Amino acid sequence: MTNADRTLAAIADPTRRQVFERLAAGPRSVGELARGLPVSRPAVSQHLKVLKDAGLVADRAEGTRRVYEIDPHGLGALRAWLDQFWGDALAAFKAEAEKDPS
Amino acid sequence: MTAAQIRPAPVRRSVFVKASPEHAFKVFTAGFDRWWPKSHSVGSAPQKAALIEPRAGGRWYEVGGDGSETLWGEVMVWEPPTRLVLVWSVDADWKYAPDLHTEVEVRFIPEGDGVRVDLEHRNLEAFGARAEEVKAKIDNPNGWGGLLRLFAADAER
Repeated sequence: MTNADRTLAAIADPTRRQVFERLAAGPRSVGELARGLPVSRPAVSQHLKVLKDAGLVADRAEGTRRVYEIDPHGLGALRAWLDQFWGDALAAFKAEAEKDPS
Repeated sequence: MTAAQIRPAPVRRSVFVKASPEHAFKVFTAGFDRWWPKSHSVGSAPQKAALIEPRAGGRWYEVGGDGSETLWGEVMVWEPPTRLVLVWSVDADWKYAPDLHTEVEVRFIPEGDGVRVDLEHRNLEAFGARAEEVKAKIDNPNGWGGLLRLFAADAER
């Protein structure tokens, strides 16, 4: 899997998107995230790992539990936004470049 | 220390274009204004044209309907038809910030009957604390939700 694929995959999955949207509302533990989602706790952990690898969320220890959050400086959110931004721009570029190929 | 600091990985996007590398490079640079989404404008006046000057050290800028020019950054590497590196100095407020140095590298790699265009936007940590403001924008319902829907539509196309 290339890096570009990894970034796409991080947000493209609907459950992962739900996990990410919940974190946008504030820091949550795995248990809190799993509650109300139609997937198991290990599945939520797996989604969090993918989001973390893509640089979209951070985790920290709070007592005995682990809390996940979109990083406080918003860089994860900014990155996801730029990813969308360049995706749109490149799609437009492709359309233009293929109009009259030489 | 409240949380692990995130060092965002570079944003990497790739697109396959059914054309020669020469043509793709030309469309990307000389034809920049033909494809760049008008919604991705930086200047205060409505964007009339967006331009990349064809040389290292050249300007990357837009021209507003009123003739005003707004810088976005500059050309760092100019190697047609294989590689282009642009300095993106547009900050979280969507304004030109001369001290902000993030890089956008675009590589044109021949593949099959066309060219793969790999784009990497890096040094994202340079946005630093200013990213907080972007986050505020993105966190509102018109921000994230809408963007993610767009993203999903794009990713599933």
